[in-house]
Amino acid sequence: MTQDYQDGNALAGPLAELFTVDVTAATGRCVSCGHTGRVADLRVYAQAPGWVARCPGCEHVMLRLVRSPDAAWLDLQGTLSLRVPLPPA
Amino acid sequence: MGIVSPGFRRRRRDDDVELPPGQYLTQDFPVLSAGPTPNIPLDRWQFTISSEIGQEYQWTWDELLELPAEEPTVDIHCVTKWSKLGTTWRGVSLDLLMEEVETTADYALVHCYGGYTTNLPLEDLLDGKAWVVYEYEGSELAPQHGGPARLLVPHLYFWKSAKWVRGIQLQEFDEPGFWESVGYHNYGDPWREERYAGD
Repeated sequence: MTQDYQDGNALAGPLAELFTVDVTAATGRCVSCGHTGRVADLRVYAQAPGWVARCPGCEHVMLRLVRSPDAAWLDLQGTLSLRVPLPPA
Repeated sequence: MGIVSPGFRRRRRDDDVELPPGQYLTQDFPVLSAGPTPNIPLDRWQFTISSEIGQEYQWTWDELLELPAEEPTVDIHCVTKWSKLGTTWRGVSLDLLMEEVETTADYALVHCYGGYTTNLPLEDLLDGKAWVVYEYEGSELAPQHGGPARLLVPHLYFWKSAKWVRGIQLQEFDEPGFWESVGYHNYGDPWREERYAGD
């Protein structure tokens, strides 16, 4: 059976519309199982009406993103926290 | 032989049909999924309608197949803009499944194996408008298209026709489902092009 998801790098483009940092380089913690890993390692289902990113540990939905012609909706209720690497202040 | 062959005068149905605004015609059957395809053993499959007071009405796979089936042929319209015409399904009408259900609820929240949900007014599931289907074009419904059974509500965008359906919660209040809670239209009438919240 063919793999029906992509890795989290598929989120780089759509998230770049919303954030100035590269969110795929951030480390996220799953609200369901506590798995901690890079957003780039999430399982992204993009053959859908939006982007759905799931935890590679338990498949819980960690992020949803919907883009209409004039707005975006971002849901992170499945992500307990995001650690975003930044240059020294 | 006449000058004009009848073949030139006959028009394919696809040319005649009017599509909802913004839609294009496809002959394929694209697969859209928000998650992995669940593996649902038929001996563990169950479909449950739960009323607003907690009364449950359940069917096993064998019980579903024993119910009188219908074969609706319908056009389907995906919010990602493809439409597919004249699709034929086989399954059980929601009118039949709801026959013994006592409820005064106005809303339904559809639940699926794999966790997907979608919401709609209960009246949109009744009066010959919705089915639980388990065959597509004469064959058992493939898992990637929602098998063993999916909801079919063809008068609304196809995200309402939930794949891998396992139950319907009847409610007195409306509760947004998986896509409705993140920007998609709460109702989703393709003829009014109700794609996104606010359309």
